[in-house]
Amino acid sequence: MNNVFVYCEIEGTTVKDVSLELLSKGRKLADTLGVQLECICAASGIDGIEKQVFPYGVDKVHVFDAEGLFPYTTNPHASLVINLFKEEQPQICLMGATVIGRDLGPRISAATHSGLTADCTELEIDSFEMSIGGVKKFYENQLCQIRPAFGGNIVATIVNPEHRPQMATVREGVMKKEIKDVNYKGEVVKHDVAKYVPEAEYVVKVLERHVEAAKNNLKSAPIVVAGGYGMGSKENFDMLFELAKELHGEVGASRAAIDAGFVADHDRQIGQTGLTVRPKVYIACGISGQIQHIAGMQDSGIIISVNNDPDAPINAIADYVINGNVEEVVPKLIKYYKANNK
Amino acid sequence: MSLKIVVLAKQVPDTRNVGPDAMTEQGTINRAALPAVFNPEDLNALEQALRLKDQFPGSTISVVTMGLPKSAEVVRESLYRGADEGFVVTDRTLGGADTLATSYTLAQAIKKVGNYDIILCGRQAIDGDTAQVGPQIAQKLGLTQVTYAEEILSLDEKARKVVIRRLIDGGVETVEAPLPLVVTVNGSAAPCRPRNAKRVMKYKNATAVAERAPEAAEKYAALIAEKPYLNIAQWGAADIEADPAQIGKAGSPTNVKAVKNIVFKAKESRTLTASDEDVEGLIKELLEGKIIG
Repeated sequence: MNNVFVYCEIEGTTVKDVSLELLSKGRKLADTLGVQLECICAASGIDGIEKQVFPYGVDKVHVFDAEGLFPYTTNPHASLVINLFKEEQPQICLMGATVIGRDLGPRISAATHSGLTADCTELEIDSFEMSIGGVKKFYENQLCQIRPAFGGNIVATIVNPEHRPQMATVREGVMKKEIKDVNYKGEVVKHDVAKYVPEAEYVVKVLERHVEAAKNNLKSAPIVVAGGYGMGSKENFDMLFELAKELHGEVGASRAAIDAGFVADHDRQIGQTGLTVRPKVYIACGISGQIQHIAGMQDSGIIISVNNDPDAPINAIADYVINGNVEEVVPKLIKYYKANNK
Repeated sequence: MSLKIVVLAKQVPDTRNVGPDAMTEQGTINRAALPAVFNPEDLNALEQALRLKDQFPGSTISVVTMGLPKSAEVVRESLYRGADEGFVVTDRTLGGADTLATSYTLAQAIKKVGNYDIILCGRQAIDGDTAQVGPQIAQKLGLTQVTYAEEILSLDEKARKVVIRRLIDGGVETVEAPLPLVVTVNGSAAPCRPRNAKRVMKYKNATAVAERAPEAAEKYAALIAEKPYLNIAQWGAADIEADPAQIGKAGSPTNVKAVKNIVFKAKESRTLTASDEDVEGLIKELLEGKIIG
């Protein structure tokens, strides 16, 4: 009872990285709280799935294995999580800020009347005094859900002390995937799915499904050349593709550049609502550096900012700042890289 | 067969164009500096509704919005583009609502609209980016949902089933779902058609009560007596039979504990110019350090 839960996303019979990252975070939260870490695995033909999650420090795996649970559809998964939570009364539940997590999380929160914070960039446990509805109380060991808000000008810490579970979604790559112990062993509970999911819940049929591996290599690229609104045009953005090709890197973009149509590929977006990257070198071209963008690249090794605004916020976290127009600087970077890399 | 379609729309501050004056010196949001716009993905949802109406003549589109009195602007905009009627849910007691209290309020309003076949809304609003309200409404109304929808491909009126293409992580899928249901529409769906000039003429004087200056009450009463469609229905918390414990701040489980303005910790950085010497020097340094290469 009152443990930390992670809802694991499963593609076919494989637990997704975003869920393993959350297990690592969940383990730390559970340790701080002195409770157990439990997870939910629901799909079809997933005998032995526990082997994938135990190394991350899971104490108990709730397995729901039945036809109709893969591919994911909303109602059966919502139904099994809601019914399981009635029995288990978790204090914290974490999910990926993925299509599935953002489809499922709100339904759990509505059913349990609990708070849900989307796209958190940090999660921590804290105790504090707070006044809610005019009543001041001391709240011990609460989950602080931290996320940038409102155009990135502020970072908000959200808490929900009077409701359980405390729920949060986190994007892939934000938390670090860390093996706790390769020999870690927990308990496996195989649930009778019919007890949790009435037949009438299988209402949506998946007629066709295409999943492709990521079209770009941004997540693991050692060098990322990223462009922002300051690139000014699609044509200028093409220079970044050229530079990235020379450097054997990948091209990323800020949300503003994608919204402006400078780059068509939405999965190149870096930031709170896109990818989180940790390359060896991050070259930010014409990116002012709103906190949502910074959240997705601040752990990069060396940050180079090319910007004609010496006061661009990103310059504050850059190792090198080149004051100049991208149209002038990017071609020079290409030229001198070619000239010197012999 | 005709359908009763409900579209949820939100008026949002345009966070896509946040300038340096977006925050006051006290660290609060300077709403005056941010223009209010029709939430972009709600427009994608409206277009899907209009396409259903094209396909099933006699269908009606009811737009529901919750917000300040001036959010009636999104209802007018929807009327200009082809919606049939609109409802503005506005009440002081609704202030401070998080997604859960908002979804409760909207679910109550949708129940009052009644007899719906399909409820469409944007995947998320740009002022919060949470994508929670659509699924929470579906849960509260006991309906299923299709989120991240890109296109309603077909609707079978006899079988009461709809086929929808939607985005999933790393791909797309096509699903078949029963009516009634909630569909949240993604920004990659077809853009909304523009305003229709005739409809703009017809509805440009449509208002909700809260928008009308008290001294002009008589003028509006006469206008609406003649043309009832110029009255945008306005509902308060009592009109939708909302439980006071579930709306506004009181109905919101989430609390903001702290809000911090962003101050980046400055690193020791080197500032270079765009000159050939500086750029070549940097490249050489990075190559020598085997940082690139």
